Amino acid sequence: MDFIDWIILGIKIGALLIALLSVAPVMSWVERRGSALMQNRLGPNRVGPFGLIQPIADAVKFMFKEDPVPGHVSKFYYVLAPLIAFIPALTTFSVIPFASSIEVMGRVVRFQVADLNVGFLYIFAIAALGIYGVVVAGWASNNKYSLLGSVRSSSQMISYELSMGLSVIGVIMIFSSVNLNDIVRDQGNVLFHLGQFAIPKWGIFVQPLGFLIFLITVFAETNRLPFDLPEGDSEIIAGYHLEYGSMKFAMFMMAEYINMATVSGLLATLYFGGWQMLPGMHTLLESFSLSGSLSGITYEWVRIVFEMFSFVIKVAFFMWFFVWVRWTLPRFRFDQLMGFGWKVMFPLSLVNILLTGIFIKVM
Amino acid sequence: MLLKPKTSILQKIYLPDIIIGLWITIKNFFFGKKVTIQYPEERRNYSSRLRGMHYIKTINGVENCTACMLCPTVCPAECIHIVAGERPDKEKYPISFEVDVLRCCFCGMCEEACPKDAIKLSNIYEMSMLKRSVYEKDFLLEQRGHK
Repeated sequence: MDFIDWIILGIKIGALLIALLSVAPVMSWVERRGSALMQNRLGPNRVGPFGLIQPIADAVKFMFKEDPVPGHVSKFYYVLAPLIAFIPALTTFSVIPFASSIEVMGRVVRFQVADLNVGFLYIFAIAALGIYGVVVAGWASNNKYSLLGSVRSSSQMISYELSMGLSVIGVIMIFSSVNLNDIVRDQGNVLFHLGQFAIPKWGIFVQPLGFLIFLITVFAETNRLPFDLPEGDSEIIAGYHLEYGSMKFAMFMMAEYINMATVSGLLATLYFGGWQMLPGMHTLLESFSLSGSLSGITYEWVRIVFEMFSFVIKVAFFMWFFVWVRWTLPRFRFDQLMGFGWKVMFPLSLVNILLTGIFIKVM
Repeated sequence: MLLKPKTSILQKIYLPDIIIGLWITIKNFFFGKKVTIQYPEERRNYSSRLRGMHYIKTINGVENCTACMLCPTVCPAECIHIVAGERPDKEKYPISFEVDVLRCCFCGMCEEACPKDAIKLSNIYEMSMLKRSVYEKDFLLEQRGHK
């Protein structure tokens, strides 16, 4: 790696960090407006057009609020916990490719911060670290509700991470790789032709059951609503972040939203073809190049922009889906949650592996 | 005894019901009639019988009140304080007439008891104040409301 490679890497990291950090404010606005409209209210609409400046007002409030440390907490771990939750959330997105590669001046630039061979295993490993933030926060807060929240969180994480890992094994079997770039590239192939439409080999078409299991477990993984027992406002007030205020609380919130972005990216990458273009965009690009208005390097850059756009659309859809489900479904009861995790999701993910094996053998 | 509700196989696998639920929320998201009243621009239409801010009715600049003390007597919250006096043009009139709004329960009994149609409750309901609110006589003599 020479100097220019480092600069390219720096630009990629910077752009990704800015994108991820701006996810949280944007999503908080989407969440508030979305929930309001679903509940026949209007939501925040005073600050700026459609209330779009509201997240900035929130951020200013978070920063300038008093940041007290309650007297009864274990101070070191209390301060450490938001960081433990926040840093893994920021690092996990690095292996998700958001466009294919481009050749500029003899260099192949990949639109992915780290092209790791272990691929999404890295995401699972680091995302599982994030749960320590929740556990430490609950324990250090020295508060019954917080401790209950973190205990729930860890037990939920163990029972759902298992099915999550097993559901992804189907994807590994189909694409015979854990490298996300390879998986996405393979999803560009055509699975079969349906009349004049070519059905691409997207994960959703070859792994429908696996997708469903992964989708559900991902909700549990990010503590979103049908599975938000660690927070459970009406039962344990706010769970693990009960004792936190101002920016420390904001860090938990941001970690939650960034985790949502990461798993949305993972969902898009594994099951919806990642940066593979949306239906119709390919034809559009072809018509551009055939008419001769685009050629050479310009064509390549337009292709990259199209791919990024497709990826962002897919991720945005799943982000919206998280909000949508949150304001639709009520919370599970804890025993139902455990029963669902161990008696339904776990056997189903095993069945999925079996079915995938049969599918591969038959095809 | 624990009664288990009968559920069909479709309900047991949750998914169809979840999809119905998602459909309901997205329907409300796009087409639901929004019930929010955007307060400073839009206001709720209250009944004209609403009992709001107090005032004392005047005719040609002379207050109707004759300090008969019926309203402080009937007031259940004991929030009206009147000091009666005499002046050339009026045999008996209130020197001071105070309504302690923090105690007032807006029952409207003073209005009902008043034989001279003097103390009235207008339909103004925006009554926030920057200081402790005891309505003095000068304040009460401003004619407000349309009753």
